[in-house]
Amino acid sequence: MTALGDTRQLAYIAGQASDARVNVEIETEGMTLNIGPQHPATHGTLRVIVKLDGERVVAAEPVMGYMHRGYEKLSEVRTYPQVTTLVNRIDWLGSFANEVPFILAAERLMEVEAPPRARWIRTALFELSRIANVVLFLGDMGVQLGAVTPVFFAFRDREFVLNQIEAVTGGRFHPNFDRIGGLKDDLPKGWIEETKGVLGRIRRFCDEMEDLVTGNEIFQARTRGIGVIPADVGLAYGLSGANIRASGVDWDLRRDGGVGLVHDQLDWKVWTHPDGDSFARYWVRLQEVREACDIVEQVLDGIPSGPVMAKVPRIIKVPAGEAYVETENPLGVMGYYVVSKGDLVPYRVKIRSASFNNISITPWLLEGTYVPDVISILASLYFILGDIDR
Amino acid sequence: MDGDEAAEVTPTDEQRGALVAVLADTLGDGLVESHLEPGVDVWVRVTSDAWVDAGRVLRDRCGMAYFDFLSAIDWLPSPYGRDMDAQVDASLAESLSAEEAGETVTTYETGVAGGETRFQLLARVHDPVGHLGITIKADLAGEFPQADSWTPIYPGADWHEREAWEMFGITFRGHPNQVHLYLPSQFEGNPLRKDYPLLARRVKPWPGIVDVELMPGEDADDEDGTEAEGVES
Repeated sequence: MTALGDTRQLAYIAGQASDARVNVEIETEGMTLNIGPQHPATHGTLRVIVKLDGERVVAAEPVMGYMHRGYEKLSEVRTYPQVTTLVNRIDWLGSFANEVPFILAAERLMEVEAPPRARWIRTALFELSRIANVVLFLGDMGVQLGAVTPVFFAFRDREFVLNQIEAVTGGRFHPNFDRIGGLKDDLPKGWIEETKGVLGRIRRFCDEMEDLVTGNEIFQARTRGIGVIPADVGLAYGLSGANIRASGVDWDLRRDGGVGLVHDQLDWKVWTHPDGDSFARYWVRLQEVREACDIVEQVLDGIPSGPVMAKVPRIIKVPAGEAYVETENPLGVMGYYVVSKGDLVPYRVKIRSASFNNISITPWLLEGTYVPDVISILASLYFILGDIDR
Repeated sequence: MDGDEAAEVTPTDEQRGALVAVLADTLGDGLVESHLEPGVDVWVRVTSDAWVDAGRVLRDRCGMAYFDFLSAIDWLPSPYGRDMDAQVDASLAESLSAEEAGETVTTYETGVAGGETRFQLLARVHDPVGHLGITIKADLAGEFPQADSWTPIYPGADWHEREAWEMFGITFRGHPNQVHLYLPSQFEGNPLRKDYPLLARRVKPWPGIVDVELMPGEDADDEDGTEAEGVES
């Protein structure tokens, strides 16, 4: 794990510095480059306008709103159970995880608690969403740097995870399965055994990524020391998830948040990396997928018996009050600030999505980098457009 | 269930109380009200003049290095009432529609930690070491209120303030780049205000009806449960 002190790294930096000197000497005229909105590196439609001086970025300005669907406004005219349908579509790669904090906020306001079995199954699906989501990142990160193979492996193995989510919820991408007070249904027969098989596949996938990508010389040269985010800057911008843990901040809401899931009863570890560069963000995510496999395995062995639904009124009126619940979602901290006036519909829902904060650092981070690194840095921050625009 | 209780102990209420005490100490009259929900969360409300100072105190003296979000709440009861709902929804909410019949409002029914004005700023910061969060509110006077920008304290507030500006019409003094974030630059109006109609609902009635599917193990003739009563705001 030698990072910046590595001689290869120093040579790379020296090379970049000499490039920069050449640029200064030639006095190239400034140029504006438009990246996106349709660009493979943007997982949707993020547009970044970068002002260049030669190959160097002078200023970068992301332009959003191409996918803004106004979920905060729409939530105000939907009943509480109907809101989960909307929030499924925020981070569409880990959609079950989106439902969890909203349901927990509603449960807190109603003073309802899901039965233990429901909370264990919730945790299993929550972590499976994380696997489905982050596995795609691991493949995608290679694509952004010119390696196409990993993404095929990622799509291949993610399919098995989606099958397991579908087997329980009926939806591959939009489960809409979490209910205030529990879950819609119990697990199907034989699901636990099948899921254990899938976890084996994901572990093998992680090993493959380790062999294919992590040690690759080009990958290392393109990611180490690139896009370094110091911890204090990351915190002030509100970065979360693997992005902030890759800057050495040991903070994970699954361990430190203490809301309705069962992570505190399991044996697992929060991974951090001191470097804060693109490589660290990739590496932390790789470890987190492995850790998520361990978490799911423990959950599968420990699911208690009992009902999956607490007793709640059939027509849900949430008592007046305010609650903010955030959880550690695949992309980072996701929270819902729910204001209720005792109505059938929420009075106001503020959706705090992870990618919005994670991407708000880009103007600061991209300044002074080189054009090819713009793509790899954006990829390493890992965002989903639906999670930015909401 | 006991796991939940155990996890709630980490950020203790004493820490939350101490946080409010520090704010009361440094802001003086700037701190208007605070609300502590034991074992759950803490809210404070400050005057709009103390908004920036409060942020600075939280960051520098309370270890709140993590910027979570910044937004606003519009407490105006919607002048549209519930006429955008389907008949089924409307019949369920008949008791509510009576009081929302569109009278001019002078006092606002506000939430936790109180409030007097229509618009309220809402922000949340977090201590990543002590694992403690705090929600901070500020009353904003006027129809198109102004507030001081948090960007010098938390650079992450930049985009959040742009969003609050276009969605609620709150101007942030000292913001470096107060332009539209999501909406096109020619857009008029502030969509998250309660008096801004949701056009989709005006054009076409909502086809969805309230989901009354049976929960597992529940009989069809089972009446509403009684758990959901009496949470104080």
